[in-house]
Amino acid sequence: MDAILLQILNGLDKGSAYALIALGLTLIFGTLGVVNFAHGALFMIGAFCAVTLQRVLNLSFVTIDEAQKDFLGNPLKVKTPYVEAWFGPETGAAIIDWAVPLAILFTIPLMLAVGYVMERGLIKHFYKRPHADQILVTFGLAIVLQEVVKAFYGANPIQTPPPDVLQGSLDLGVMVGFDPNAIIYPIWRLIYFAFSVLIIGGVFAFLQFTTFGMVVRAGMADRETVGLLGINIDRRFTIMFGIAAAVAGLAGVMYGPLNPPNYHMGMDFLVLSFVVVVVGGMGSLPGAVLAGFLLGILESFASTTWATTTIPGINQIIIYLVAIIVLLTRPRGLMGRKGVMED
Amino acid sequence: MSNNDVTRRRVLKTGAVAGAGLALPTIFTAQSVRAFTNEPTGSSVKLGFNVPQTNAYADEGADELRAYELAVEHLNGGGDGGMMNTFSSKALKGNGILGKKVEFVTGDTQTKSDAARASAKSMIEKDGAVMITGGSSSGVAIAVQGLCQDAGVIFMAGLTHSNDTTGKDKKANGFRHFFNTEMSGSALAPILEANYGKDRRAYHLTADYTWGWSQENSIRNYTEALGWETVNAVKTPLATTDFSSYIAPVLNSGADVLVLNHYGGNMVNSLTNAVQFGLRDKQVEGRNFEIIVPLYSRLMARGAGENVKGIFGSTNWHWSLSDAGSQAFVKSFGEKYGFPPSQAAHTCYVQTLLYADAVERAGTFNPCGVAEALEGFDFDGLGNGPTLYRAEDHQCFKDVLVVKGKENPTSEFDLLEIVEVTPRAQVEYAVDHPDFAGGDLGQCNPGA
Repeated sequence: MDAILLQILNGLDKGSAYALIALGLTLIFGTLGVVNFAHGALFMIGAFCAVTLQRVLNLSFVTIDEAQKDFLGNPLKVKTPYVEAWFGPETGAAIIDWAVPLAILFTIPLMLAVGYVMERGLIKHFYKRPHADQILVTFGLAIVLQEVVKAFYGANPIQTPPPDVLQGSLDLGVMVGFDPNAIIYPIWRLIYFAFSVLIIGGVFAFLQFTTFGMVVRAGMADRETVGLLGINIDRRFTIMFGIAAAVAGLAGVMYGPLNPPNYHMGMDFLVLSFVVVVVGGMGSLPGAVLAGFLLGILESFASTTWATTTIPGINQIIIYLVAIIVLLTRPRGLMGRKGVMED
Repeated sequence: MSNNDVTRRRVLKTGAVAGAGLALPTIFTAQSVRAFTNEPTGSSVKLGFNVPQTNAYADEGADELRAYELAVEHLNGGGDGGMMNTFSSKALKGNGILGKKVEFVTGDTQTKSDAARASAKSMIEKDGAVMITGGSSSGVAIAVQGLCQDAGVIFMAGLTHSNDTTGKDKKANGFRHFFNTEMSGSALAPILEANYGKDRRAYHLTADYTWGWSQENSIRNYTEALGWETVNAVKTPLATTDFSSYIAPVLNSGADVLVLNHYGGNMVNSLTNAVQFGLRDKQVEGRNFEIIVPLYSRLMARGAGENVKGIFGSTNWHWSLSDAGSQAFVKSFGEKYGFPPSQAAHTCYVQTLLYADAVERAGTFNPCGVAEALEGFDFDGLGNGPTLYRAEDHQCFKDVLVVKGKENPTSEFDLLEIVEVTPRAQVEYAVDHPDFAGGDLGQCNPGA
């Protein structure tokens, strides 16, 4: 039982990232009708926002310590971060320690701007082009973005640890009556799940309970009619593109402490996220979220010892297997709407 | 009025003359009289450096390329000569190779077998490379080694650790300086026994490709011989980025040791995930849970950050070694680039010198002459103590390092500490070792 609960937790956690990326993809597809293959790159840029802030906070001045030697036997160059010099060693170290949460503050405006520029500068020129063209141009953009990141940060993963107090794991089993050590789960993974629920809830609330959201939903249902009412729907859709980029960026910045960011991480998530979107139903926001968590849980269970010994390799194909079954039985996906991508 | 004097005889004569004229350049081209593939005819010789310049191992590839450029500089008489000064063979004079200036071309393996073969093929066929070297993956090394065998050029492998490279997939034209998984198991086992005892239950997570299988097999052989029980061994797809669903089952498996048969990004992520799940602080029946990373790389250790502290593994070479050869290399590399070289850089630099030296001693670039010079070659002064290039499988036999993640690093490069230099005699194995069975070197192919 404890092992099952552990895998469900793990699945929800995995599903959080899938759901957040798929949500952004669906927002863009539902509003602008664009299949955005650069969405994984936005996730990656978000993660590198944390890396960048970490580097900025670690900017240092150098002093020579004659007593110590470097690897060539020369006097050691000792680096002291400016923040430690300005705010004192303890406060400075604490600021550096909280680099990832602090990065959220500048990730949101940055990603909104990146999304806006991407949509106005490139994507809008492809609205009336076939989906194949959109896929090619956004995929190309993704490659350019990841190569730029690689040129600046290298190819190796870069650690972006969570704050010290949020490292380690919690014994959840004891809290619900299991034996000690039965269900141990990392604190930051729990935070990531809670964070994703908050973001997803926030996006849904924004669309459901604000006038702006109501207009966007109306535009998603019938863009032409909303336009005929004199509403500038294109501008709102551009803002939605920015919001989708910000969601992907936030998913990325919080993901850094789970697995060290590297320039390729967006591509790693991209294909799976598209499968999530297709399984959930093209254009369906609740479908994307549901499919994200569902496939996360299934993937987690498929990686258990029992599953891999019963059906070797099931862990590698489970998501695609489920996608095939869902598409055979429900061609529009779990919550897909009639008419989307069917013309 | 026409003057049509075209006759059958004239057409034949004209055709014969034109045909002979067209054929002349190819009949007497250098290629047709070359004794072997890409025989250098001018004042220079071209080497092909095939390293990952994109994708996950690009940083390692960049370090390999730095080492190659340094080796070329030293071979051509530039710089301080590096390991040429400490190398036991004195055939290299700093005047190129056989008096020909060394030039090089580079290719990008992308850590993909097909891409690596394509770039090696291009360097051989278009650029005229007489030797191919490099790489950071066993899958790539095996693929390129096969291509070089067919093309008739020497392949000096870069970082490749699978037994298969000099086991079932060995080739007469291929040579490996780097150690292998059998040697890692052999070197690590006594250290593991001394630190963790004989009664352990191990859980393996293994990268699902040739190197991972080879690594798992070697570590299982040695730890099971100690008395350890293998609780489970799970293959993980190479493309896995989040290992949490593989780590979670370890918690309740009864295992008290986790062996991560992962390298590169896989190792960084699986180790990070294992530490997140509290495995380093976990106790099983009163004993500390332990994690082992059989193959370490300093570049990868940097990616894993503090998670490597106290974790045992093995490595081919480390910049902190105090022998004259290692220090000469670290000095040359460090002064040129500003940081110490990685083990990948070391093996690539050494392979280049070994190739050049073999050509000098053989007096020819002919791959068969070079192979003969390398086979059974005993040397020293290149950083790993007295070393033998065994003739039967083209594998180097030398000391192996057992290392541990350093608890209190003094710099960003000071991540691993050497626990033991395992002597060569301990890691040597018989030519007919079962884990290396099934292959055949075959005959040297000079190509042309």
